[in-house]
Amino acid sequence: MKTTTAIEIKDLTKKFGDFTAVNAINLKVSKGEIFGFLGANGAGKTTAIRMLTGLSMPSSGEANIAGFDVYKQRESIKENIGYMSQKFSLYGDLSIRQNIRFYGGIYGLSRKEIRAKTEQILEELQLEEYADKVVEELPLGWKQRLAFAVSNVHDPAIVFLDEPTGGVDPVTRRQFWEMIYESAAKGVTIFVTTHYMDEAEYCDRICIMVAGKIEALGTPQELKQRFDTDNMDEVFLKLVRTN
Amino acid sequence: MKFSLNWSALISKSYPMFKIFVAFVKKEFYHILRDRRTLVILFGIPIALVLIFGYTVTNEFKGASIAIFDRAHDELSQEYILHLQASGHFEIVDNTYSYEEIEESFKSGEVKMTVVIPPDFGKDFYRGENPKLQLLADASEPNYASTLINYASQMTRQFQLEKMGNQQRPFQIGIESRMIYNPRLESAYNFIPGVVALILMLISAMMTSLTIAREKELGTMDLLLVSPLPPLIIILGKVTPYIILSFLNAVMVLAMGYFVFDVPIYGNVILLLILCILYLSTALALGVLISTRSQTQQAAMMGSLFSLLMPTMLLSGFLFPISSMPRLLQIISNVIPATYFIEILKGVMLKGVGMSVIWFPSMILLLMTLFFLAIAWKNFNVISK
Repeated sequence: MKTTTAIEIKDLTKKFGDFTAVNAINLKVSKGEIFGFLGANGAGKTTAIRMLTGLSMPSSGEANIAGFDVYKQRESIKENIGYMSQKFSLYGDLSIRQNIRFYGGIYGLSRKEIRAKTEQILEELQLEEYADKVVEELPLGWKQRLAFAVSNVHDPAIVFLDEPTGGVDPVTRRQFWEMIYESAAKGVTIFVTTHYMDEAEYCDRICIMVAGKIEALGTPQELKQRFDTDNMDEVFLKLVRTN
Repeated sequence: MKFSLNWSALISKSYPMFKIFVAFVKKEFYHILRDRRTLVILFGIPIALVLIFGYTVTNEFKGASIAIFDRAHDELSQEYILHLQASGHFEIVDNTYSYEEIEESFKSGEVKMTVVIPPDFGKDFYRGENPKLQLLADASEPNYASTLINYASQMTRQFQLEKMGNQQRPFQIGIESRMIYNPRLESAYNFIPGVVALILMLISAMMTSLTIAREKELGTMDLLLVSPLPPLIIILGKVTPYIILSFLNAVMVLAMGYFVFDVPIYGNVILLLILCILYLSTALALGVLISTRSQTQQAAMMGSLFSLLMPTMLLSGFLFPISSMPRLLQIISNVIPATYFIEILKGVMLKGVGMSVIWFPSMILLLMTLFFLAIAWKNFNVISK
C-alpha cells in the first residue's frame, strides 16, 4: 500500500436482514484530501461511515483505514481517527475546558499535552474568555467548530465528519470550512458527509450515493461537466431522479 | 503509513489505561456535580425516605380501634377497661363474646387489636395468682400491631402499679400477646433494611441506566465507541461514581436508622458493609442491563421504575410481609434481589448472625449479579459491533 492512501474500500457491503444498506462500494481517498460523501437521506451514508469508523461491522468486502484493516485492527483504527457526528457531540453540561480535557484523556494524552492542546484550541477559536462556560450556552456555530477542534485533539490521520454543519447558515458553514481547510493543509484527511450542495463544492472530490451504491465519483468540476450543468444541486437531482 | 505507525506504536506501548479510566470517572463526577437535581435525588431522597418511613412507622397514635372480650365481668375488669379508654389512645368499638367473633372482627378490618380478659380476673389478681391478659393484634400491618401491643402492655403495667398502691405484695398481671396473620412479625424494624434496599436499587440501577442512556440519546456514546476506549472501561467508568455515591448513601441510611430510630446493628458492621457492596453490584449490573436495552433516558427511566422500583417496594417484603402474600406473588418475590438483601440485612442487623446463616441469600445475589452482567455484556457487544 502506498503511503499516500488514507482510505481504501473494496466491495464494502452492509446488509440488515434482506435489506442491503450499502451495496459493494469501492473508493480510494488520498492523504490530505477533503472527500465529500453525498446522498439523500436513507441512501446509506451513515451506515457506510459507521463501518469506516468501526461502529458497525461490514457484512462483506474490504476496507483499509489509515493503513489498518477494518476487521482485524479496529483498535489501531480507533487511535488514528477522529469523529464528529451529526448529533452535536460534546457534553453540554461540561465546560469547554472540561470537554477538551475529557477527550484528550480518553485518547491517552498526557496532562502536559492536554494543557497545550487546550490553550491551542481556545486560542484558535478565540474562546479564551469562555473556557469555563458550559458548552450548552454557546451558539450552535461555535459548538460545531469546537466539536471539530476536539475531534482533532489527538492529531488523528483521518477525521470523519457526519453532517457536521446541520442547522447553521451558509456564513457559519463557511467559517467551519476554513477550519477544515487548515487541517487538510496539515495533511489530515477529511471524510465528510453532507446534504448541503454548497458544501459539496468545497470538497476536493465527492461521491454521490443512491440506494446503497456510489453512482458518481469525481471532482465537483468533473461531475458538473458530466451532467452538463453549472451547479451541484442539479447534478444531485439528475442522479436521484434517474434512479 | 508514516502518519499512522508512529502514533499507534506510541500509544499501544505506553497505554495508560488507568489514567484514561480516571479521566472518564472525573467526567462522570462533573456531570453529577453540575446537575443539582441529580444531587438532590442522590442525597435528599434517601433522607426523606428514611424520615417518612421512620416516623409514619413509629409515630404515636390516637383512637386505635380495639375490641374487648371480657370473660370476667367483675369490678377489676371494668376498671381496667376504663383505664384503657381514659388514655384516648384506644377506642373500644366492639365487645365480643367468643373467639370466633374476634376473628370475624379482625377480618372485617374494623378492629386492630382485641384484649381478652380472663375469667376470675379480679379474684385471681387479689389472691396473687397472676391472671393472664391476652392481647391479640392484627399483624398484617406489623408495625402498627407491635406499636399497639407495646402501648397496651405499658398501660397494663401502669394499671397494675396503681392497683397495688403501697402494698408490697407482688401482684402481677401477665400479658400474653399474639400476632394474628403474621406471627413472626416479619416487618417490624423492617423499614431500615427496606429503605436501604430501596435506595440502593433506586440510585444504583436507575441512575446508571439513565446515565448510559443519556450518552446514547445525545449521541456522545458514538464518540466513546469510536475512541480507543475499551467497552469495559466505559461501563466501569460509568458505574464507579455511582458505586461510591451509593455506598455513602448506604452508610448514611444505616447511620440514620441507628442514631435517629434506634434500629440496632447486632452483627458485624464490616460484613454488613461488604454485603451492601455485593447488593450494589447487583443493582448496578441491572442498571447497565436496562441501559443496553433502552435508547432514550425516558425508556431507561420507565424500564427501571417498573422493573425495579415497584417490585422492590411491593414484593420484597419491605412494605408487605411475603408470608401474607398470595402464592403467585410469593413466587415472584423469589427473583427480586431486594428480597435476599432484606433477609441479609435483617439477619446481620437485627439478629446478629454471620455468614454461616446468610450464605444462601448472599450466594443468590452473587449469582444474580454475574447473570445480569453476562447478559449486559452480550448486549453491549452487539451494540458496539
